[in-house]
Amino acid sequence: MLKVRNLVVAAGSPSAELDIVSDVSFEIKRGEVLGLVGESGSGKSITSLAVMGLLPHPHIWVRSGAIELDGADITEEPPHLRVERGHGGVSMIFQEPMTSLNPVLRIGEQIEEAVRVHDGSTGETARIRARELLEMVRIPDARLQLNAYPHELSGGMRQRVMIAIALACRPQVLIADEPTTALDVTVQMQVLSLIRELCDAFDMGVLFITHDLGVVSELADRVAVMYGGKLAETGPVADLFRNPLHPYTGGLMGCVPDPGAGHRRFRTIPGQAPKPGEVPQGCKFAPRCDHVQPVCRSGAIPAVAAGPAHAAYCHHPLSRELT
Amino acid sequence: MLAYVLKRTGAAIATLVAASIVIFIFIHLIPGDPIYVMLGDEATPEQVEALRIRLGYDQPIYVQYFYWAGNVLRGDLGTSIFFQEPVTLIIRDGAETSLLLATVTMVWIVALGVPVGVLAAIRQGTWIDQGLSGIAMLLASIPTFWVGLYLILIFAANLGWLPSSGYPSIFEEGGLSNLRYLLLPSLTLAAPNAALILRLTRASMLDVAKEDYVRTARSKGIRPYRVVLRHILRNALLAVVSAFGFTFAALISEAVVTETVFALPGIGRMVVQSILRRDYPVIQGVILVIVCLYLVINLLVDISYRYLDPRVDLE
Repeated sequence: MLKVRNLVVAAGSPSAELDIVSDVSFEIKRGEVLGLVGESGSGKSITSLAVMGLLPHPHIWVRSGAIELDGADITEEPPHLRVERGHGGVSMIFQEPMTSLNPVLRIGEQIEEAVRVHDGSTGETARIRARELLEMVRIPDARLQLNAYPHELSGGMRQRVMIAIALACRPQVLIADEPTTALDVTVQMQVLSLIRELCDAFDMGVLFITHDLGVVSELADRVAVMYGGKLAETGPVADLFRNPLHPYTGGLMGCVPDPGAGHRRFRTIPGQAPKPGEVPQGCKFAPRCDHVQPVCRSGAIPAVAAGPAHAAYCHHPLSRELT
Repeated sequence: MLAYVLKRTGAAIATLVAASIVIFIFIHLIPGDPIYVMLGDEATPEQVEALRIRLGYDQPIYVQYFYWAGNVLRGDLGTSIFFQEPVTLIIRDGAETSLLLATVTMVWIVALGVPVGVLAAIRQGTWIDQGLSGIAMLLASIPTFWVGLYLILIFAANLGWLPSSGYPSIFEEGGLSNLRYLLLPSLTLAAPNAALILRLTRASMLDVAKEDYVRTARSKGIRPYRVVLRHILRNALLAVVSAFGFTFAALISEAVVTETVFALPGIGRMVVQSILRRDYPVIQGVILVIVCLYLVINLLVDISYRYLDPRVDLE
């Protein structure tokens, strides 16, 4: 089980540092998909890189907080050290399947490389495992595709190869950072159902990062909404959609076009997401919030709960059905 | 593949023809006359006229060109006016020195430029990187002859470890140990070029390190040195290899200076002396050979690209 506790990620230099993710906590259980939702710049990708141990040092680093996997502290531990120390694995697939594979190496070599590290196997054994992985992610003619170069495959196929590489690392947790954003709509659904299926089959936790609430409602068990580097709201997917607490969550849902409602104009949240360094005091969302009060503009924001697992950080939650 | 080589060879021949015309015309535009160089100031007008007719220099320039080009096609580059020897023999004599010098220099450039560039890149921003990049900048900026003279001063004159000039053939007395004569010249010639390759390797490595697939490689848990060698360097070399063609062109012009400083019997020095003597056939012959070499090297670079980058389709 993955636990992220009070994670603070800073950027810049130690003399002029800036928190770009602050006080983020969440958990992912085996076989569970956590959807991490937010706009560009909300800190969701940085959070996922921190969990991977791949923050670009020395420019961005974990200032405080802890990341634990099955009881082991893996904070700021890059993947090769996790392998060395026998800590559990976190794998990641990225937004751009076009640029995420090495253009000069064959697909087979790129998968086998991961197999050799995580299984300790070599030669023919590694090759057979690579073929099995390609079959697992439903790539037709797996044996032939092992010899293909990335540029010979379509975007959807490349994302499947990325998933095969991720699985080769035998991860306890798979991070998927907007894995379908760059794909055709029809291919998107195939990749999403593949991820869900593999999550169940391997009893993996999945951290699914997206800005698409539709995808979250299809795929996720629980949702965490991020805004301005902080968590705004977390909860089981059904509760959160039925009963959003944070005005930002409510606003995001209002932005999803409803084909039945016959709106002429899309609804939007006025203003822009804050840039790092221009994050306001108090509630980060206050400048764009319809429900803003003077108390929102300074100090700590209290947590409000609407159930055992459903919470938001807000002075004036949308719903009063609190328990 | 074969079709590509044939196509490129055809283009190379067209380039050669164009180059030969340009060489021919420009050499005849140089003020001065080989006849006077040969006969000296004392010659009578009758003697000058007789020699001019014997060498064919009384003919219009296009007639001279076709006469020369016809002989070149038969493998005859003409006869040196100064040495009274076939130009092919003169080139053959200088070729050993120059080709060995170029080869040893290329080895230095690759052996120094690439690994040191990698080191500077993986230590980006540290004093190691700044020191190496500073030295590279210095080497790329100071003139070749200055480096050569200082190397002679230190290693030949003061320490006496290495010979300062000349080069006896490796087929003569001394055999392969004669290569020590090329050590200082090749280092002199390599210095500015290795510095450029170093800077290019470093910049290219840093570019590739930002690519998404490098992040993918790291996420697999493979060791950092493998990420550097197999993923970053492998891709960074694509840019470096294409620079080798240009480096070779730079070598040719810089070899002229180096061969002069170290008094090496190479074709670079030969061409400079021949220009001073207005020895038209030697100049034309040597430059033609250099153009040929340049075309071949670039063809080889392009073909090697196909093996380094599967996305390149030569057809």
